[in-house]
Amino acid sequence: MADQLTIAGVSLSSRLIMGTGGAPSMQVIDEVLEASGTALCTVAMRRHDAATAGSLIDVIDKRGVRVLPNTAGCRTAAEAVRTAQLAREALETDWVKLEVVADERTLLPDPVELLDAAQLLVADGFTVLPYTNDDPVLARRLQQSGCAAVMPLGSPIGTGLGISNPHNIELIVAEAAEGGVPVILDAGIGTASDAAFAMELGCDGVLLASAVTRAQRPALMAEAMAAAVHAGRAAYLAGRIPRRRHAQASSPTEGMATF
Amino acid sequence: MRIELNGAPTELADDTTLVGLIEDRLGGTRGAAVVVDGSVVPRSAWPQFRVADGQRVELITAVQGG
Repeated sequence: MADQLTIAGVSLSSRLIMGTGGAPSMQVIDEVLEASGTALCTVAMRRHDAATAGSLIDVIDKRGVRVLPNTAGCRTAAEAVRTAQLAREALETDWVKLEVVADERTLLPDPVELLDAAQLLVADGFTVLPYTNDDPVLARRLQQSGCAAVMPLGSPIGTGLGISNPHNIELIVAEAAEGGVPVILDAGIGTASDAAFAMELGCDGVLLASAVTRAQRPALMAEAMAAAVHAGRAAYLAGRIPRRRHAQASSPTEGMATF
Repeated sequence: MRIELNGAPTELADDTTLVGLIEDRLGGTRGAAVVVDGSVVPRSAWPQFRVADGQRVELITAVQGG
């Protein structure tokens, strides 16, 4: 099928991007990667811990999934740039999910540091996928900076509150479409209907982690998310009917039997 | 010689290269990155890079993350 998500010229076989954070074991990550059908998944960069059982990268490689390192935990542009450079050496990819958050309580992106980091990384040859606020103006600035996608939050990371400002997401989608930059709804997804809604709003993909990895049955939720993303995309392409104030009969109003 | 590896004092053989250190700790180099005394060392330099006494080495790998 020709309708594929393309980022920086690379076509991905799924519009669902999986975060690997929050899973209780490598076994669960493996199951989730398979069940989601994802073609791209995120990882974080941290000090090697000899106590960790199994290699995450081996699990991802085995599944043939492309890896997208993030800069989670970074508070400044300088930290994010250094983390991206580390990830490039570690994983031999120029792709980076750029995350520069303002504080631990909200984990909301710091727009000033984020834009600064995006500009520095683009200049350094990175393919930058920024996790951003649902702010159409900031999304525009990121797009103008040469980012390969814009990834607005639905709601704060890990909250599962869904899409709190669908109007802003639609504005971001409209502007990104003009520039040919994909929009990935990143963060805040709680359940499958949230993912379908993101796609119905015109997002090109959905990135989620906790909603699957912290579900009671992660692999089953991964399947649900894959189906939701697929259904939402199809509904978007099909074009929903306009909302009406009053009812409109779907059965013929003419030719009723006379009694 | 004695270095600081991920914040912990660590004894190493005198002729240890970065690639040797990484393979020893990780069993391979896939997914690994190294910072020595605050600078990222490019992967291409690991085979020649000999760790020196007193250096601060950060060994970084890919872990779970959103």
